[in-house]
Amino acid sequence: MSEKALIELRHVSKSYRKGKIVIPIFEDLDFAIAPGEFIAVMGPSGSGKTTLLNLLGGVDRPTGGEILFEDARIDNLSESRLAAWRARNVGFIFQFYNLLPMLNAARNVELPLLLTRLSRRKRRENVATALEIVGIADRAGHYPSEMSGGQQQRVAIARAIVSDPKMLLADEPTGDLDRESANEILTVLQQLNRDFGKTIVMVTHDPEAAKYAKRILHLDKGRFVEAELVS
Amino acid sequence: MTSAGLMWKNVWRRKLRAILTIVSILIAFLIFGVLRSFDQALHAGVDLAAADRLVVVSKVNFTVSLPYAYVNKIAAVDGVKRVTFATWFGAYWQEPRNQFAAFAVDPESWLETYPEMIVDPDDRARFLANRTGALVGANLAKRFGWKKGDRIPLPSTIWSRKDGSKVWELTVEGIFTGADAQTDTSYLVFHHDYLNEARSFARDTVGWIVVTTSSHERNDEVARAIDTMFYNSARQTKTDTEKAFSAAFIKQFGNIGLIITSVVGAAFFTILVITGTTMALAIRERTGEIAVLKTIGFTGRRVFALVLGESLFLALLGGIPGLLFASGLVTAMRAALAGLLPTMVFSERTLLEGLVLILALAFVTGIVPAANALRLNITAGLARG
Repeated sequence: MSEKALIELRHVSKSYRKGKIVIPIFEDLDFAIAPGEFIAVMGPSGSGKTTLLNLLGGVDRPTGGEILFEDARIDNLSESRLAAWRARNVGFIFQFYNLLPMLNAARNVELPLLLTRLSRRKRRENVATALEIVGIADRAGHYPSEMSGGQQQRVAIARAIVSDPKMLLADEPTGDLDRESANEILTVLQQLNRDFGKTIVMVTHDPEAAKYAKRILHLDKGRFVEAELVS
Repeated sequence: MTSAGLMWKNVWRRKLRAILTIVSILIAFLIFGVLRSFDQALHAGVDLAAADRLVVVSKVNFTVSLPYAYVNKIAAVDGVKRVTFATWFGAYWQEPRNQFAAFAVDPESWLETYPEMIVDPDDRARFLANRTGALVGANLAKRFGWKKGDRIPLPSTIWSRKDGSKVWELTVEGIFTGADAQTDTSYLVFHHDYLNEARSFARDTVGWIVVTTSSHERNDEVARAIDTMFYNSARQTKTDTEKAFSAAFIKQFGNIGLIITSVVGAAFFTILVITGTTMALAIRERTGEIAVLKTIGFTGRRVFALVLGESLFLALLGGIPGLLFASGLVTAMRAALAGLLPTMVFSERTLLEGLVLILALAFVTGIVPAANALRLNITAGLARG
């Protein structure tokens, strides 16, 4: 599996320290994701879903083991190299969108491109394309406070894909949305996976949302207890 | 959008708070600019004093005259290059409230001792040739509308003539300017001989003696030699550098420097607390956003720079207009204070000091929030946000 994996966790352990108490999350976890997968991770609160996403996204480091992205270790990169790696390879989608309120949709989407050497014109083009893909181009000049939750999440997805990363990590992307908006967002994610080959890992509590993925993994107490393929 | 654009947007995300902070900073720099100009004007004499000039006055008080004979005795002291002297005239123009500085001087040696007085060669020649001639500073000439060739009857609050009159007729032979904007040109000089021969008392005395030494390194030695020479005489002397003499003169008005430092210091401390608190609050409110920026690839250093830049924007937005307003106010006050502080200008030095203070303010108020942003753990930040 390792030669095909986009990202791979090898014997990963992760624990948190709360005062003198050590809280283990993962112990000796092995997990690999192939390019082009769309995985939904489900599980009860405290099962380690968000921690898994943080490890995959390089925003947290394992206590032990290795994390490889395209066969190169990322868990031992310096903070600045890891930040650069995230900017190039990962798009993040949050439950509460996390858009900057003083920037309009286009400016929010442009944020990751500030870390690149692209010209202003090229940046504008990329922003327009990303907004177009998620179907919110007509709201480019609107501020987050002027948009619905579903529209804000589309902008957040556009921000996640604007620098064309290989992997998208979504933490409860529909957790704050009504069913209709949720379905629209999930359709967008499905389209990004199917039409643009984006590898997606989505954490969700919602079985309906999980059905949009190709594979559903159930996590409990730091272990994958069940896996199912979605027809 | 650029990183600077992002900082700019962050500054204005809470408009009222931003405006109040900027206005506070503006007021602080306005106070700084005006008080610093005032302080510099007061100390202009001290700052411009030549390093190799000594002033000899009576040990009793600098208003007590010295015998004229001292001039030649001092000229003979080893290490003395040149000697000149002056007497305070106590002049006013038309009404006693229009007082100004006028010195009776030894013309030739005075002009050699004070090269910062820029005089046209022809005017200089006419002044030297005419015993009732006077050289008038440009500021003073402007203040009273005097021109070259004007005959000006000057009353003295001190010196009366042998005929009982206190009015001394002078002819303006030239208008002198200063070597730079801070050189005082608000006084006039005229021939000491004219005063000495016609005054009704204190003949053959001088107010003070100015000594140019062969090298400023010999100042102490020469000053000691002069004071020792007259130690057993009826009129003991006190010799100081021109700088120390000017500083002592200013001290008559109280410790202006301390007052200015205290006022500016208090204003700055207040602004520092206000701006620092504002910045800390602003960053604390945005913990989640900073975590998001870091998540999408902004490095800790970049976030640090963004926060510090925001602080710099605030300081510049308040500080630069504050200095500009101060410059305008000082220019406006200059005419009104021409008699009291003729050299009051908003100098390049004040501007430079102001700019350095702006940077310091930005750094001091921004460094802690920026460091917190730099250190922010992403997962903890996302959880809090």
